[in-house]
Amino acid sequence: MAMRVEELESLLRNAFADADIQIQDLAGDGDHYRATIRSAAFEGKSRVAQHQMVYAALQGRMGGQLHALALETGPKP
Amino acid sequence: MTDAAAAIRQTVADNDVVLFMKGTADQPQCGFSSQVVRILDHLGVTYQDVNVLADEDLRQGVKDFANWPTIPQLYVKGEFIGGCDIVREMFQTGELKTLFDEKLGASA
Repeated sequence: MAMRVEELESLLRNAFADADIQIQDLAGDGDHYRATIRSAAFEGKSRVAQHQMVYAALQGRMGGQLHALALETGPKP
Repeated sequence: MTDAAAAIRQTVADNDVVLFMKGTADQPQCGFSSQVVRILDHLGVTYQDVNVLADEDLRQGVKDFANWPTIPQLYVKGEFIGGCDIVREMFQTGELKTLFDEKLGASA
């Protein structure tokens, strides 16, 4: 299974409207991505909480439709 | 609570450091699990590895337990620390060593 980068970006954009989002397709197979997300929504949140917010934005696709998404999250600089 | 959840709760209560992973510490079967194994071994931490591939209920159970959709998952003193990205980031910043020193004492 795989996900198009546009779909991934749109899910993230819907959840984090203010965010700076960068996505890399690591293997070119639509199944292994790296995303860097900087959003005010992450301010004051633990890393676990930040990643849980991203997983929530993906609405259950993580670990299923999407195999690997390396995450780097944080507040805006 | 499901049987799997009860078993997970018991495992993280009984062991100071638990790594739920794909494969075993000796033979990881996923690159992400392997990375965390290498970090823990590098820090010289004693930990209990749990192979989620051996039990489908457990594999789903650990995801539900931590509200975390991926594996590996690291627990220290019963607390969910994170997955591969967070463990690697904490290792690189030195926070992981500090965490082990504080939670496990100088012996770690």
